[in-house]
Amino acid sequence: MKRAFPILAILTALLLAYAFHEAIWVAPMERTMGDVQRIFYYHVPSAWTAFLLFFVNLIASVTYLIRRNAKADAIAVVSAEVGVVFCTVVLVTGPIWARPVWGIWWTWDIRLTTTLVLWLIYVSYLVLRRFSDSSQTPKLAAVLAIFGALDVPLVYFSIWFFRTQHPQPVIGGGGSIDPRMLHVLLLNWLAFSCFALLVCWGRYRLELLERAVEEAQSLESLVGDNRLGVKRPGERSIPLKTKLPLDKNPSRTGTQ
Amino acid sequence: MNSIKFLYAAYIATWLIHGFYLSSLVRRYNRLRQQKKELGE
Repeated sequence: MKRAFPILAILTALLLAYAFHEAIWVAPMERTMGDVQRIFYYHVPSAWTAFLLFFVNLIASVTYLIRRNAKADAIAVVSAEVGVVFCTVVLVTGPIWARPVWGIWWTWDIRLTTTLVLWLIYVSYLVLRRFSDSSQTPKLAAVLAIFGALDVPLVYFSIWFFRTQHPQPVIGGGGSIDPRMLHVLLLNWLAFSCFALLVCWGRYRLELLERAVEEAQSLESLVGDNRLGVKRPGERSIPLKTKLPLDKNPSRTGTQ
Repeated sequence: MNSIKFLYAAYIATWLIHGFYLSSLVRRYNRLRQQKKELGE
């Protein structure tokens, strides 16, 4: 597995470079918008990747609520965090495209507003995870994630059911696209999906490390209390043979 | 309409966001490794 990570990283970098080349130099220029339309090759794949990650977050959150599985909880945190990064890209590249095309950076259109609300929901999810120490936090966050996921179909289908300034969907929903443009769009989506997978993988390992360090620190503090003879009334001593999960030096434990 | 500037701005902003996030992950990883090392000593 350790070897697979750098190999996937190199392949993803090559794929991203190829997709960039196709988006800038190969895809045909759109007649009315000109070069600015090429923002679409980063904006749309980032949105699809964010939706995919929020869907993974939903599945992981439901799994956690049913089974209380710590791995599912870790996957939920990771997918939400990386999803927020991709959603940020969508919210930044959208106005950059809108300024030359619409003449304004932002409008309180249904698609734009629901996307902003989606971003805010998942940012609040991450804030909850980051700053709450309660043992109920994963459960509360999982419930919040389910509510957040309800906004995803609203964002996606808003341009189907409401009058909106946002362009129509390119796949289904009445929109149309040149096949060469569609090829470049799907290529960029594949590249960004691989990139998201890679980032999630690294972030998952980081999450596991973070949890292991926290566990080791709490154990160490308990063992430290024991060494100092700090004992509350009615409390049993912690056996000094307790081995810290990250302790590489076995000679350290049980020496006092 | 000089739209090429907006195209560059969007692509640069995308990679700045990803770069900022990845660098924050690297910083967190280095801090955790240091903590792990201290716990292992």
